[in-house]
Amino acid sequence: MAEDTVQGGPVLAADGTPLKASLNKAMRKNRIRALLLVTPLFLFILFSFLIPIFDMTFRSVDNWQLVELMPKTTAALADWDGKAIPEEPVFAALVEDLKNGAKSREIGKVGTRLNYEKSGMRSMITGSARKAVKVKEGPYKPQVLKFHRYWDDLETWTVIKRNTAPYTIGYYLNAVDMKYDKQGDIVMQPENQQIYGKLFLRTFAISLGITIICVILAYPISYLLATLPIRYSNLLMIFVLLPFWTSLLVRTTAWIAMLQSQGVLNDLFVFFGLVDDANRLQLMHNLAGTVIAMTHILLPFMVLPLYSVMKTIPPSYMRAALSMGANPLVAFVRVYMPQTLSGIGAGSILVFILSIGYYITPALVGGTSGTLISNQIAYHMQSSLNWGLAGALGALLLASVLVLYMLYNKLVGIDNMRLG
Amino acid sequence: MNTMLKYSKFALAGVALAGMASAAQAVELNVVSWGGAYTASQMNAYHKPYSAKTGVTINSLDYSGGLAELRAQTEAGNVTWDLVDVVLADAITGCDEGIFRLIDIDKEMAAAPDGTPASKDFFEGTLLSECFIPQIIYSTAFAYRTDAFGGKNPSTMADVFDTKNFPGKRTLQKSPKYNLEWALIADGVPVSDVYDVLDTDAGKDRAFKKLATIKNDVIWWTEGAVPAQLLADGEVVFGTGYNGRLFSAIVEEKQPLAMIWDGQALDIDGWAVPAKGKNVAEVMKYLYFATDTQRLADQAKYISYGPARQSSAPMVSTHATLGIEMAPHMPTQYADQGFMTGFSWWADNGDEMNQRFAAWLLQ
Repeated sequence: MAEDTVQGGPVLAADGTPLKASLNKAMRKNRIRALLLVTPLFLFILFSFLIPIFDMTFRSVDNWQLVELMPKTTAALADWDGKAIPEEPVFAALVEDLKNGAKSREIGKVGTRLNYEKSGMRSMITGSARKAVKVKEGPYKPQVLKFHRYWDDLETWTVIKRNTAPYTIGYYLNAVDMKYDKQGDIVMQPENQQIYGKLFLRTFAISLGITIICVILAYPISYLLATLPIRYSNLLMIFVLLPFWTSLLVRTTAWIAMLQSQGVLNDLFVFFGLVDDANRLQLMHNLAGTVIAMTHILLPFMVLPLYSVMKTIPPSYMRAALSMGANPLVAFVRVYMPQTLSGIGAGSILVFILSIGYYITPALVGGTSGTLISNQIAYHMQSSLNWGLAGALGALLLASVLVLYMLYNKLVGIDNMRLG
Repeated sequence: MNTMLKYSKFALAGVALAGMASAAQAVELNVVSWGGAYTASQMNAYHKPYSAKTGVTINSLDYSGGLAELRAQTEAGNVTWDLVDVVLADAITGCDEGIFRLIDIDKEMAAAPDGTPASKDFFEGTLLSECFIPQIIYSTAFAYRTDAFGGKNPSTMADVFDTKNFPGKRTLQKSPKYNLEWALIADGVPVSDVYDVLDTDAGKDRAFKKLATIKNDVIWWTEGAVPAQLLADGEVVFGTGYNGRLFSAIVEEKQPLAMIWDGQALDIDGWAVPAKGKNVAEVMKYLYFATDTQRLADQAKYISYGPARQSSAPMVSTHATLGIEMAPHMPTQYADQGFMTGFSWWADNGDEMNQRFAAWLLQ
């Protein structure tokens, strides 16, 4: 063969074209076919997942409001030194911007943006815009100073100047409990405004707790499922899968009926005399409610990978260990358990990542001590409409999950994860 | 920003096509409201008579308030909602951001039967936004279980905060709005001075301090249907709620509950028209009909919210099916015991108070 190539040039296929080219042609067809097959999924993920994530993340640094809606003020402030209230030209530009904003009815967006930095700036802007429409001629400075007391405050101008930049880290500062002080330096929020740091920590702590409880609960069940004869294990499997197939909302509301102080569990406790009727246990609207309900909902995500890994472990390994003199406990811990590690890893990472983003269950049964960071994100998406802050919190959450994932990969190795 | 939006627009183009297909046919209006008994009252009083009269189909959709969806529709350039039932605070925000259409209330809305122009007929202080047509005046107030305190009946806001004489769990909305006002009222501030006190740092501290006295007895609710449920289940002895929902729990479902009108927070609910809606002209015709004196009075037959027109008040009669007099169940009857929501105060201080409240809950 080697001589052929040396003497007669490239190897030819039956039709006379070089083998390499003909092979490439056939492969290309396959590649295109494969590409076409994944195109629908790729487009779906692109539009429903990647672009929205990119969009929301972009919003967390985007600071377009003043740049686009107050262009003249932005330009006039470009070389303001920040030491004293600006002079007439800035005020003239401001009045013009306010007039235009009132006409296009978009000035409210400027007010909303500035109000995140300092309470009261919303009505300062919208009120001043209404008054600016009536201003006919200069000098503008004395007239504007009468619009609102904030205009005579250096801090107002510091805030405005800072937000004439097209990008901001303001939302991220807010998301880690920091802010700009009056002079424009970055400081921690006062104690009574700090919230997100604590919530992130709580979210990770609760998720870790739920993951550990899931491992402890799921391990014996999965072992039972994997070792019982098939007709019994199938029946048990249905008990695992039935709740898995039931709507999340239904299961959560079912837990409300179970856990509330006039609910099934408390009634049973009182009936058996375990607790006094006057001192019924508070099992929901707190951390306990969140942990119980989420553990139940996420348990199948632990059972299924564990079960499918255990199913592949031949029972003969255990028998061999026993016959060589290990007692059952040693055999279980040293021979059986190491082989299930990949299942524990897979289940843990599934449960942990799912619980970090959990939203509806904590909202319904979590009260105040059992709500997670995602509830705050939802609040800023739906109620406060502070999408920049929601984007920043979401990006931080996404980043921390990715970091944890990489840590996991370093420690355990993602190749060692098996779903079956 | 704008480059981002182009992608979103493209992504939503498919949805837009579906919308356009239906626009070509007979007029259909997508009217968005709060659902439940409230939407039912609007259907009976407004939608059905209007459809019967004009042949216009009205699709009633439910939402849970807020501007998030409408703002997203507006930014994506595809507004599918034609008319939205909003609280005044949202109308003000949406008007400032250009989401809602400006309305010339005297030109575009019906005058009272005696010829009084609409701007004079709607109650004073309800026309606080140029994009807003008031519909009802409602209140958020406390109800209590009549069987919980062995014959004693709480009647004031101070009683609600008195856990010694009136022990038991309370349910409050998980929001600083109204809770801060109520804490001050319970602490002895007259209803008329609430926002003056709240505007000072000392006043804010005072409100949070008073609220802290009942913090351990509170279950916080976020969904409007929850407080009535918790009260009915006996999970709580006091609960805040919209007076219409509490009315249906007390009168229609005959739960052992009673209202405390003291310190009630009055608010205004009404219509706002999305500026970029596809059927603006048709919607304005509908609104002319649905907000006239007779229609607003008709709505009060189905739900205990006060009509926003002065000319409607004398026409309020009895409940459509129960036959009871509706006037004693209207929050407007007890207006002097409560306060009108401080819209501009909340517009300015909402962001800061929400964050402080969330931090306070975590402490």
